[in-house]
Amino acid sequence: MSSTWVGTSVKRVEDPALLSGRGQFVDDIHIPDTLHAAFVRSPHAHARIKSIDASAARQLEGVVAVYTYADMPETLRTNTLPNLQPNPLLRHSMMPHALCADEVCYVGAAIAVVLANDRYIAEDALEHIVVDYQTLAGAVDVVDALKPGAATAHAELADNLAADINLGYGEDAAAFNGAAHIVRGKFVQHRGTAHPIECRAVQAQFDTLTQTMRIWTNTQTPHLYKGSYAELMEVPEQQVHVIAPDVGGGFGPKVVLYPEQFVVPACALLTGRAVKWTEDRREHFISATMERDQHWDGELALNADGTLRGLRARMLHDMGAHAMWGLVTPWISCTTVPGPYVLPSYKMHCQVVMTNKVAVTPVRGAGRPQAAYFIERMLDRAAEVVGLERDEIRRRNYVQPEQMPYEVGLIFRDGRPVIYDTGDYPALQKMALVRSDWNTFKQRQAAARAEGRYIGIGIASYIEATGLGPYEGSSVHVMRNGKVIVHTGAAPQGQGHQTMIGQVVADALGVNMSEITVKTSDTVTIPRGIGTFASRITPNASPAAHQAAISVQQKLKKVAAHMLEAAAEDLDVADGRVFVRGVAEHGKSFAEVARFANSLPGFALPKGLDPVLQETVYFAPEQATYPCGTHVAEVEVDPELGAVKILRYVTAHDCGTIINPASVEGQVMGGVAHGIGNALLERMEYDDNGQPLTVNFGEYLLPTAPSVPAVEQEHMESPTPLNPLGAKGAGEGGTIPAIAVIVSAVEDALTPFKVHINNVPMTPESLLDNISANTGAQS
Amino acid sequence: MTQELTIELTINEKSYQRSIPVRLTLADFLRHELNLTGTHVGCEHGVCGACTVLVDGRTQRACLTLAVQADGSSITTIEGLATGEELGPLQQAFMDQHALQCGFCTPGMLTTLTEFLSENPDPTDAEVRIAISGNLCRCTGYENIVRAALQAARTLRETTPGASTPMQVDALDTDHARAQHARGAQQ
Repeated sequence: MSSTWVGTSVKRVEDPALLSGRGQFVDDIHIPDTLHAAFVRSPHAHARIKSIDASAARQLEGVVAVYTYADMPETLRTNTLPNLQPNPLLRHSMMPHALCADEVCYVGAAIAVVLANDRYIAEDALEHIVVDYQTLAGAVDVVDALKPGAATAHAELADNLAADINLGYGEDAAAFNGAAHIVRGKFVQHRGTAHPIECRAVQAQFDTLTQTMRIWTNTQTPHLYKGSYAELMEVPEQQVHVIAPDVGGGFGPKVVLYPEQFVVPACALLTGRAVKWTEDRREHFISATMERDQHWDGELALNADGTLRGLRARMLHDMGAHAMWGLVTPWISCTTVPGPYVLPSYKMHCQVVMTNKVAVTPVRGAGRPQAAYFIERMLDRAAEVVGLERDEIRRRNYVQPEQMPYEVGLIFRDGRPVIYDTGDYPALQKMALVRSDWNTFKQRQAAARAEGRYIGIGIASYIEATGLGPYEGSSVHVMRNGKVIVHTGAAPQGQGHQTMIGQVVADALGVNMSEITVKTSDTVTIPRGIGTFASRITPNASPAAHQAAISVQQKLKKVAAHMLEAAAEDLDVADGRVFVRGVAEHGKSFAEVARFANSLPGFALPKGLDPVLQETVYFAPEQATYPCGTHVAEVEVDPELGAVKILRYVTAHDCGTIINPASVEGQVMGGVAHGIGNALLERMEYDDNGQPLTVNFGEYLLPTAPSVPAVEQEHMESPTPLNPLGAKGAGEGGTIPAIAVIVSAVEDALTPFKVHINNVPMTPESLLDNISANTGAQS
Repeated sequence: MTQELTIELTINEKSYQRSIPVRLTLADFLRHELNLTGTHVGCEHGVCGACTVLVDGRTQRACLTLAVQADGSSITTIEGLATGEELGPLQQAFMDQHALQCGFCTPGMLTTLTEFLSENPDPTDAEVRIAISGNLCRCTGYENIVRAALQAARTLRETTPGASTPMQVDALDTDHARAQHARGAQQ
C-alpha cells in the first residue's frame, strides 16, 4: 500500500467552514420556540438548603417554569449522576443528583433551573429566587482536610479521605540503606483549569414522532454520554441521539458528564419544548471541572554516580467534592512518576481527599504534568547534590532503547502493566540539547550575568501513556456514487480528526481525499464509541479506519474482478479506480463497482460478492502506548519584578508514526502553551471558606500571544507495534513536561539567589517572596 | 418588558432594520436575531476577544456593545471577510499555516488582524503578537496565528498597488524563536 496522504501536512478539511463563519457550534443551532435555561447555583461551598422560594420568579413575564430537585423526573430524583470510573479503592464517590437535593458541596452546584422565552429573562428570574441556606463548615485546604477532626466536605462522612492508593515495586529498605545520597523534596502544584474558549452548552429536543431525545452538546464523549443518559433516565438507548457538533476546545473537562446534561433534556420532556443552555464564563469558572492540585513529598536514593536506587513518596490529591472520574487522575500521577528512567524501587502512598470545591477530573496531561514536575524537580535537586549536570544525571538513568519493551513494575489505569513499547530516550535528549545549544549556554549565561541579566536553562524528559482502550470504531462505506463516507466514534474539539482519518482512509482505500467525507460525533452514525481523551483517537480510531478501509478495498477488488474477468490478486487500486495491474485503462471506477455490487432490484448477485462496500471495525488496543520526549526552555528572570520571559522553547518529541505533521506540531505548540499557563500564570484562588476568588479572565490569567514563545520542534518516529499504523497520539506531550522545564530554567536563572521553587504557578509575587527570603537570609 | 428601539445598520454590506430590546448585546443581536453565528461569545466580559467585530472599520467587542449603540454603523463580521466561497488572503493564510484548531477564537482573531494589517501592512512578529494580545486562544499556542498574519501581510502587500517595500525577513522560512532569542539577547 502506497503512502500518499499519511505523513504529509494535508490542509485541514475542517478549516473553510470555520474560517468563514459557517461552523456549527451548539449555541449556533436555533430551533424555533426554544426555551432558554439559566441555573441557580450555590453561593456557598458547603450548606444545607432549607427552602427555595421561586414564586416571584414564576410570576415574571416570559418565565415558563422554575424547577428544583423536587420537580425533576423520578429517575433524576432516585439516581445520582454516574461515576464513570468506579474503582474498589474509592471509599465513597459521593456523586450528586442533577439538581442538589438538600446539601450543596461546592460554590457553583446547580440547585434550580429557570426556563424562559429568552436568556435575558431567565437571568432576570434568577434574582427573584430566594434560597434559604444553613451554611456548614467544610473542607477547603487539602492538607487541613486530612487532619483529625477536620470538618467534612459532605455532612454524612466521618472524614475526607476518599481513597488510599499504595503502589510500587522493588526493595525500598535496601534501596535507601545502601544509598550514597538521599535527596528530599516537597512540591505543590496548584489548581488550574482547561478553559476552552467555548463554554459548555446543551440543547435538547424531544421528538414525539420517534420518541427520541435528541441532544446537542459540546462533549468530548458523545457515545459515553448517550449510554449513561439512557441508563440513568431508564430509556432504551435507541431513543437517545447525541450530537456533538463543532466543539470549541475541550482539553478534558468536556469528557465528564455534568448535571446540566441531564437537567436540560429533562426540562425538554417536562415542557414539551426545545431547551437550550449555554454556560457563561463565570459559570465555567465555578462549575466546570478542574485539575492539578497536588502536594508531593518524597525522598530519592541514589548511588554515588547519580544512578537511581529508589524513590519513596507521599502525595495528597485534591479531588474536589465528587468523584466524577474516579481515581483516574491520581492513579495516572502515581504511575507516571518513574518516567523515562530506570528506577529500581518505588514506593508510593497517595491520599485522595475530598474538599468543598468543584470536582477534579483530567485536564490536558491528566495527572502526568504533576508527576513529571515531581520526578524532574527531584532529579534537578539530585544533580546538585551528586555534582552532575542536569542533562548528565538524566542520561545516566534513561531506559535504553535496547531495553524496550520495558516493564516498569506498575499497573496502569487501563488495568494493564506499564510497559514502554518503543522510543529512544537518550537520542531524544540529544536532539533537544543540540537544537537548544545547551552546551554553550553557560557562556551565554555568564555574558548575560555580566550585563546584570539573569538567564537560565531548564530540561525535563517525560513519557506519556496514550491510546487507552477499550476501543474506538470507524466505519468506511463506498457509496453508489463512488464517494466515500467514514463514520467514527472520534469526537474532535479542534484536533482535526476529519482530516487525519481522511488521510488514513485515502491511503488504505486508494482514493483521493477529496472523495472522502469523515463524519464524527454523532451517535446514530456508528453504534458504539468511547470518546476523545488520553490522546486516544489517533491510535484507536485511525487504526480502525485503516483496517475498515483495507477490508472495503478487498470487497471492491472482488466485485471488480468479476466485472473485469480478472483475478482479484491481479488488481490494483489507485485514485478511486480498480484496475488490472500494469494496465491502468482496464479498470472500473469506484462508482461503477459500487453500482454493480448494489445490483438491480430482484436480480441475483454473483456468488461470493458483498452487495455493500462497507465495513465497520472497532480497534481494541492491548494496552497503552508511550510517546516520549525531552523539552528544554531558556528563560530570563527579572529579579526585581519577578517577571519571567521565555526566550526559547525546544521540544524533541516522539509520538510514533506521524499522520499529519502540521497537526502534530500544532498539538505540541498548544500543549506547551497550556503548560506555560500552569507554570507561570494560572491560579484558581479560593478563600478560606471555599469561595472562588478568580472568576473572570481579568483575575485568572491565560497565556496570551506575547507570553508564549515559538516552540522549536524536533520529531522522531518510533512506531508502536500495538496498532497497524504505529501512531501513538500527540495531544498532551506538549503539556506534560512544560511546568517542570520552566521551573528548572527559572531556578537556574536565579542560582545567585539560591532559590528553590517548590510551588507553581510562579507568579511574580511568589518569585519575589522566594528571592527576598533568600537574600534576607544572606544579609 | 424592557424597552425596545428600532435600529438601522449595515452588516457585511447588507442593510437591516430591526426593533430590538435596548439591553440586547450586539453579539446576541448578530447571533440570535440575524443568525450570523460566525461571531462567537467566549467570556461575555470583554477579555477573550472571540466576539470582536469591525464597527465602521474599528475592532469592537460585540459582547460589551449594546446593539442599539451600533445604530447607523457599518459592521463587518467573519461572514463578511470571504467573497462567496473563496477565502480572503487572511483566511487563506490561517488555513495554510494551521492557525486554527477548534476555530472558536478564530472570528475575533480574523477581525482583529484585519484592522491591524490595514494600518500596519508590514508588521514584525512582535507587533503581531501585541496586536492579538487581547484575543485568547487555548488551542494553538499562537505561533501559527502569528505566521498566518505575516503571510497575509505579505500577500496583501504583493496584491495591493503602492504597498510598502517587501519584508526584509521572510518570517515563514525563518526560525522565529531564534530570531526572537537574538532580539532578546540584543536588548
